[in-house]
Amino acid sequence: MQNNKKETINRRRFLKETCFGSSIAALAGLAAGLWSKTSPAKTVWQIDPEICSSCGNCATYCVLEESAVKCVHAYAMCGYCDLCTGYLPPDPKDMDTGAENELCPTGAIIRTFVEDPYYEYTIDEKLCIGCAKCVKGCDAFGNGSLFMQIRHDRCVNCNECSIAVACPSQAFKRVPFDKPYILKGANNTP
Amino acid sequence: MTARNVNILVIALLMLFCCSALAVENFPPPDFESGYTLPDTEVPEAKNMQHEYIALGVLFVALSISAYLSLKNRNRKLIFSLMIFSMLYFGFFRKGCICPIGSIGNVALSAFSSDYAIPLIALAFFLLPLIFTVFFGRVFCSAVCPLGAIQDLVLLKPISVPSWLENSLRILAYLYLGLAVLFAATGASFIICRYDPFIAIFRLGGNLNIVILGVCLLLIGIFIGRPYCRFLCPYSVILRQFSRISRKKVSITPDDCIKCKLCEDACPFGAIDKPTQPWPGGSYIKDKKLLAMLIVLTPVIIFISGWLLSSASPPLSRSHPTVSLAQRIYLEENKTFTDSTDASDAFRATGKTINTLYSEASAVKEQFTLGGWFVGTFVGFVIAAKLIGSTIRWRRTEYLANPASCLACGRCFKYCPKEQVRLKKKSSGNIDDK
Repeated sequence: MQNNKKETINRRRFLKETCFGSSIAALAGLAAGLWSKTSPAKTVWQIDPEICSSCGNCATYCVLEESAVKCVHAYAMCGYCDLCTGYLPPDPKDMDTGAENELCPTGAIIRTFVEDPYYEYTIDEKLCIGCAKCVKGCDAFGNGSLFMQIRHDRCVNCNECSIAVACPSQAFKRVPFDKPYILKGANNTP
Repeated sequence: MTARNVNILVIALLMLFCCSALAVENFPPPDFESGYTLPDTEVPEAKNMQHEYIALGVLFVALSISAYLSLKNRNRKLIFSLMIFSMLYFGFFRKGCICPIGSIGNVALSAFSSDYAIPLIALAFFLLPLIFTVFFGRVFCSAVCPLGAIQDLVLLKPISVPSWLENSLRILAYLYLGLAVLFAATGASFIICRYDPFIAIFRLGGNLNIVILGVCLLLIGIFIGRPYCRFLCPYSVILRQFSRISRKKVSITPDDCIKCKLCEDACPFGAIDKPTQPWPGGSYIKDKKLLAMLIVLTPVIIFISGWLLSSASPPLSRSHPTVSLAQRIYLEENKTFTDSTDASDAFRATGKTINTLYSEASAVKEQFTLGGWFVGTFVGFVIAAKLIGSTIRWRRTEYLANPASCLACGRCFKYCPKEQVRLKKKSSGNIDDK
């Protein structure tokens, strides 16, 4: 009886050691297996502006109260039009900065006179909510110089981006940390 | 180009291009005469990566302190303080992301997908608590996990859950883990992240359904200790297995158990195993028969569970964006819907053929059916193992913290009279901290 008991303990100890060793091995194996698959630099989320369909989901689906996605402007692509379809709604009453003539719901686009007949359009990011109304307008008739980008001073880089889940055109991708923007415009195209 | 006719040109071009939404430069950038220079597009820097590495460092240090506190120092107050710190740092400050629970999704996706590169931080967050668990038990759960911390905080009036109910409910966690791996591996979504019940609280805002889920769990958590950890958390499933074989285990008593029964009801998580009674003579044969029956039934249970999950896979696969898009396109093609969604518009704009989409979607569906079998088999195996385990009569001579279930929270320490003796000796300086 005494012998039996001793043997049980030994067997148990042996099993324990085996389990312990194999679990360490399993963890090491998993780490080694996935090590080769780790991204060299950490990645961050970004919108591919060529795929973006400016649906407006970015304004509402971000986990942040005020979306991390904002409209940005590639000045080099802009036509500096007086009749800007990104700034003015279709059939504007007047072509001026009156609130009723602005497409942007928060008045985040600043229209500045440059020289006749050109106007500069600048996004006030503090006001922009990422609704993409201007992007849609600019894409429809203009050069497409307004486009959506995740602003990395705001993005918390969630494990799963909730806008990416809701994006109808699946325009969200992970990009390398050191090249966090996909900008439109001649010298910046990816 | 003179200034006057630009307006006319604009309108003319509008008419020309209004049908086509080509992203070409309809209006060439003007040549400015006033010396205006084009501003650069602003690109704010990505948030400093150091924060991620600092977080990893904090995780390591917090796990080490937690291990020291629950195994050596045995001080519930300090464990509690560390827990509050973790909740504030990993929860509210880092907004709950990235956490080891959610990183299961990254690990599963990178294991099954060839083109997904797992972020190094995600892999480290996944592995580090597991390594600590192999050596020191579930010290991650006790004081480092922000999700556990917020539940631990609301546990005011603990009531005990009968063990059969606890064991049955725990199957949910195994199922959740299986589904989480399935959804991540097929590229559908990271369901653990999406349905993280406390994320909205940590971020002070979010999806209303998730807020409701979180608040409900916290309300339940007032009476039933850490309901998410015990019955849902998919990471706990992995931690449990590693904790069973951990090198060091949390012990209720600092010394030998004197079977005083004082700690019997100390654990709000039902993790204290009582000493066993001697076997009643007659039940031996009965139990043996039951065990034999269960072993015979095991393949049946596994098969039924596998079949159930695989037949549930078509509706599950609809959560995959490709499948849901293909379905929508199919219904639009068949004129069931006359309108189009943003997604179907976006798809048509890509110029991909519908048949390519359909074949992609059916490939995903097949993955889901196969994955459903795997998940079902896994859950069936767990159910069978639990049933067989329930017939085994372990022999215990003392009160022990169940290594799998013990969350190393340290609540039971002060119930042990031997611990009181140790503390008294320690305060009078007679004994070095053993």
